[in-house]
Amino acid sequence: MKTERGQALPVLVVCLVLVVVWYLACIPMNAVVAQARIDAAGGGLYATLTESWNHTRPVIPAPHQIVVELWNTVFMIAPWKVKSLLYHCWVTLSSTLLGFVLGTLLGIGLAILIVHSKLLSKALMPWIIASQTIPILAIAPMIIVVLGAIGFTGLLPKALISTYLCFFPVAIGMVKGLMSPDVIHRDLMRTYNASAGETLWKLRLPASVPYLFTSLKIAIAIALTGAIVGELPTGAIAGIGARLLVGSYNGLTMMIWSALVAGSAMAALLVWLVGHVERKTLARMGVRT
Amino acid sequence: MAAAVIEAKDLSLTFQTADSPVYALSKVNLTVEDGDFVSFIGPSGCGKTTLLRVIADLEQATSGSITVNGLTPQQARLARAYGYVFQAPGLFPWRTVEKNVALPLEIMGLGDAAERVKRNLELVNLAGFEKKFPWQLSGGMQQRVSIARALAFDPKLLLMDEPFGALDEIVRDKLNQQLLDLWARTRKTVVFVTHSIPEAVFLSTKIVVMSPRPGRIIDVIETGLPRDRTLDFREAPEFLKLAHRVREGLKAGHSYED
Amino acid sequence: MKGLRDLLAPALLGVIMIVAWEVACRAIPIPQVLLPAPSVIAAKIGGEVPLLAYDFFKTVLQAVIPGWIIGCSAGLAVALLCDRFDFLRRGLLPLGNFFSVLPLVGVAPIMVMWFGTGVAPNIAVVVIMTFFPMLVNAIAGLQASSHLERDLMRSYNASWAQALTSLRLPAAMPFIFNALKINSTLAMIGAIVAEFFGTRIAGMGFRMQTGFGSMSLDLVWAEIAVAALTGSIFYALLVLAERAVTFWHPSYRT
Repeated sequence: MKTERGQALPVLVVCLVLVVVWYLACIPMNAVVAQARIDAAGGGLYATLTESWNHTRPVIPAPHQIVVELWNTVFMIAPWKVKSLLYHCWVTLSSTLLGFVLGTLLGIGLAILIVHSKLLSKALMPWIIASQTIPILAIAPMIIVVLGAIGFTGLLPKALISTYLCFFPVAIGMVKGLMSPDVIHRDLMRTYNASAGETLWKLRLPASVPYLFTSLKIAIAIALTGAIVGELPTGAIAGIGARLLVGSYNGLTMMIWSALVAGSAMAALLVWLVGHVERKTLARMGVRT
Repeated sequence: MAAAVIEAKDLSLTFQTADSPVYALSKVNLTVEDGDFVSFIGPSGCGKTTLLRVIADLEQATSGSITVNGLTPQQARLARAYGYVFQAPGLFPWRTVEKNVALPLEIMGLGDAAERVKRNLELVNLAGFEKKFPWQLSGGMQQRVSIARALAFDPKLLLMDEPFGALDEIVRDKLNQQLLDLWARTRKTVVFVTHSIPEAVFLSTKIVVMSPRPGRIIDVIETGLPRDRTLDFREAPEFLKLAHRVREGLKAGHSYED
Repeated sequence: MKGLRDLLAPALLGVIMIVAWEVACRAIPIPQVLLPAPSVIAAKIGGEVPLLAYDFFKTVLQAVIPGWIIGCSAGLAVALLCDRFDFLRRGLLPLGNFFSVLPLVGVAPIMVMWFGTGVAPNIAVVVIMTFFPMLVNAIAGLQASSHLERDLMRSYNASWAQALTSLRLPAAMPFIFNALKINSTLAMIGAIVAEFFGTRIAGMGFRMQTGFGSMSLDLVWAEIAVAALTGSIFYALLVLAERAVTFWHPSYRT
């Protein structure tokens, strides 16, 4: 999320418009559930607004209702209780991070292999690309259950979904990054009779750092999505994904929305964190800011 | 007499492309003595850069023979016999100036890096810029860092591929003068590729005029000029006479007509 | 000839992987219900062609393709608006960047709640998932032309629409195709995941879920194979179209 000068006001205006539209949309969309109460309260503008914006099981909750729900589930309950949203966030976050780390290592490793072997690059690259056309997220729940049946339970199966999703952007970005040094730089290393290892360490890896971070931002976001979808199969009792599913089955609108907002906040936070590390690292590497 | 630093006999290099072979070098004979400042001059495609790259073992000749310090180019490269300066500075943007100059020292595992870096940065008049990153320097300064980097491990031979080609003429004149001083002080052998006639005449003890299709040497001019010349020398009659001879040589090669 | 050789290495690797899978299934006592051998899956695909075709129709033709087209067109349309009105661009771009990193599949239960049964919620999920990548990429692409080229357009006194069609839209094509390709995968995911929440009684996601419930894993894997094949063909077609449209791009020069 790059910040550009003079975008605070436009962003604020757009957000404001969205909130207003949201509140307005609540009235017709919640009419299904709220109309009877509005009529019971005698109709009129006041009754319409209060009933549309404060129904306990609305079709679409008003923004302030989500804020209240978040407040109640985040701050009013001890974080180690199952009813706390923080507990579910932590469950999802831990498998996200594990999958992210594994996927990043796998992606970097594959990229290093690919740039050093023409044969490997020819044999692997098409499969790496093809691997992503498989809607893995869609079959993630199955994979979790299959892994569970052969003895893998807990954190790892979910993390593996994230790993699978993560490694691709990292591998592609790193292949690009490791290949990015100019011909001049590579010739220079040749004149020094530098070994492949020295060229990798002193030239290719430093040159690939900006590419790595671009990939990592995509990877962490998609790792989170993977972890959430991995929590969807029946049987998962904890995590953002489980909250979505439970809320969906029981018609608990507020639970779905608050889980969605919590997941989004985590995504934003994680991407921001990676971006922060990126800025610090690049500044230390002398990149012009 | 000492053995030649570079000795090429009937050197040819042909690139195989999709449509037809390209004769980049054809039957090139050349001798570079110790302490020479040799310039290759010619239009684009005359093989001057290719010849330099063959000397550096960045390309391999298809036929003929070439020795560098009496060794094959590959042996010479493995013995780290030369420093190479490219058309662009080619500095690593994530390294400071001093770290850039220290790069070959790290790779070759040479000692007293600090002293060598200091000495060579002074040689190119860049003392005080050690902690800067490349983007904080002008183009001319960056190229001087790259010269310091090429000299860092004290090779006897300096190969330079149009090092000042991307700089404006005012900066280029200044760097030419500095390079000449540096050459006089360090007694290196320099092989210098250029397409500027004044640059070649001003700098060289020997000018090799080349012509394209096929890439070949059409004239070798021994300038016999004193080592300590200044920019004013460019108005001297000997200078103009030499420049004229180079220009005639280039014309005779039909280089710009086709 | 060279193209053929380039295909050989990956093809060989693919064959090796499938053979290894088959051998592993026979050698190690992996329960057949969990990981069927490739030969079993292939047999299932051969035996269930009408069912698979029906699910393909329900999921891909009814939800993926319409949702992908609507989502991409909407994203492009809003990007054009952003290009026209800079205020909108500065307001929407950060939000678009923000939304494109969110786990948007999560909206599936909400869409099911809103649009009820039938195909509508699935299309809606696909639209929401594909909208933001297209928006962000198209805005970036429309800004991709250089100052020099834009100054040239100014010197011709070209109108916004003229500059758009003759310069900025062609320059944006690599970015737009990038989004189309990303979205092809996202659309498949969105449509199938939406079926997990929905109440549809046919479709690839539905079949996977029920196949799972009844422990007929060969059917699940057959659906997965169809989904993978569909995704690959979808992607490959887009790559071909991209080459035809952006042939001038430096990445295609040899």
